Amino acid sequence: MRLFLTILAFGFLALSGMATAQTTDKEEVVLGLSQNRVEITTDFDGSEILIFGAVKREGPIPTSAPLHVLVTLSGPSLPTVVRRKGKLFGIWTNVDSVTVDKAPIFYAVATSAPFEEMLSQSNDRRYRVSIERAILSIGAKVAHAEAEDYVAALVRIRENQEKYILLEDTVQVDQQTLFRTRIQMPPDLTEGEYQARILLTRDGQVIADHSSSIDVRKVGLERFLFTLSREQPVIYGLLALAIAMVAGWGASAIFRLLRYG
Amino acid sequence: MNIYLPIAEISVNAFTLLGLGGLVGILSGMFGVGGGFLLTPLLFFIGIPPAVAVATGANQIVASSVSGVLAHLRRRTVDFKMGIVLQIGGLIGAAFGVAVFNYLKSLGQVDLFVTLCYVVFLGIVGGLMFIESVNALRKSKRGAPPKRKQRNWVHKMPFKTRFRTSQLYISVLPPILVGFLVGILTAVMGVGGGFIMVPAMIYVLGIPTKVVIGTSLFQIITVTSATTMLHAITNQTVDIVLAVLLLIGGVVGAQFGTRLGTYLKAEQLRILLAVIVLAVCGKLALDLLLEPSELFSVSILKRG
Repeated sequence: MRLFLTILAFGFLALSGMATAQTTDKEEVVLGLSQNRVEITTDFDGSEILIFGAVKREGPIPTSAPLHVLVTLSGPSLPTVVRRKGKLFGIWTNVDSVTVDKAPIFYAVATSAPFEEMLSQSNDRRYRVSIERAILSIGAKVAHAEAEDYVAALVRIRENQEKYILLEDTVQVDQQTLFRTRIQMPPDLTEGEYQARILLTRDGQVIADHSSSIDVRKVGLERFLFTLSREQPVIYGLLALAIAMVAGWGASAIFRLLRYG
Repeated sequence: MNIYLPIAEISVNAFTLLGLGGLVGILSGMFGVGGGFLLTPLLFFIGIPPAVAVATGANQIVASSVSGVLAHLRRRTVDFKMGIVLQIGGLIGAAFGVAVFNYLKSLGQVDLFVTLCYVVFLGIVGGLMFIESVNALRKSKRGAPPKRKQRNWVHKMPFKTRFRTSQLYISVLPPILVGFLVGILTAVMGVGGGFIMVPAMIYVLGIPTKVVIGTSLFQIITVTSATTMLHAITNQTVDIVLAVLLLIGGVVGAQFGTRLGTYLKAEQLRILLAVIVLAVCGKLALDLLLEPSELFSVSILKRG
């Protein structure tokens, strides 16, 4: 009986050993987020998201090349118009425009090393990781010869607004297994479904790609007013007028009281 | 203290907005202008999207005008009959103006058009008012009373009626025309239109200055209310949180402004208003003439 159990145990060990051997170079991401929803309240002034996680592997740590971690956080992608000003009859005015197929309203890239060292150009193109690649402008480039300039301007303007952010060397990786980073989301955030994405790379190659969504929503008074303005615009408009009239009358009455009372 | 605006979708300092409202309120009470000509560009400067600034500005003007008109009602300086005639023209003009606004929006030239309107109207009105007031002030210093024009083309038109409070007997057509033109401006520029209506009432219609302010406020309430509703229904760009902050500052400011206005002579009041109008005009003109540091601008085509 004891012999039988021992054989069984050996058999299991052998089996599990085989399984490990098969998946030895496979590495996966186990992701954690400090929050999976961001609530926009009246006193909302930005939010910091802590993105952390671990690399799950069943074999030893591969020694071929160092592990790098790329973290991106992106807002909804929307068609965007970029207009260019020019001088017309002595006045600076919009003279030309390009419609970019889709551009994220917010996009942050955090890396554990300089971007170029972590991801090859071809993989950047394939996985759409860098800010430039996250913008879809194929249609615009067909329609307009100078579309490149407009896309560059879009990136420049949103970088200045801190809506497009490249944070190199800000992802901390411990013992090639644990990683964490913080990304600051701006106060003028638009609601929608945001995506947190983790890419593991070795030697410029992507070995894992994992995404998780973060729901950014208005809540409370913000939610109520926004919904009312969209679904009951007449009531919303009348509410706005009523508030204005009452405030105007109220101030007048209060000042009269202060003066004669 | 920052406040997130639900419709504008940005976070701004509450005290900045209260201050802006207060400043505009003081002007509103002093001159009988809605103050929109100043408020709307200032809202652009602090980063409020133009569509929201125009629509919310109209709503804020309703509040400060109600507050202002009540003060004038007590002093019996509102000509209701004249106000209603002006409103008829104003409502037609506002509807026409919204149509023009939406057409230009589809062309992507609405910003330029709005700025040009500001420069042209503020420039002409401010300039004329300044020259007139300086002349009037000189005359009054010499002791000769300023003369009101007794007869011009306004008096030669049909449908004459008596406006008792204004002590006038003129045709209803010129006030309707003035109201109509101002209504267009309200819809296109997001202003009450007082800055153009006040001089038009003084110089074209010949209404006494002390009645002009209360009457123009009365007319502005109706036209800006209509504009607020139009924007709330068609564009959904009225931001109540923004409006409340502006109007808290605005109604308080308007009360102080009305008091302040009684301490100044009509001519001095007009010179002061002319200077403010010309300053805003100059700033906007410079923006058009100087090369901007960023030639490109970004706007989201469609909300998902």
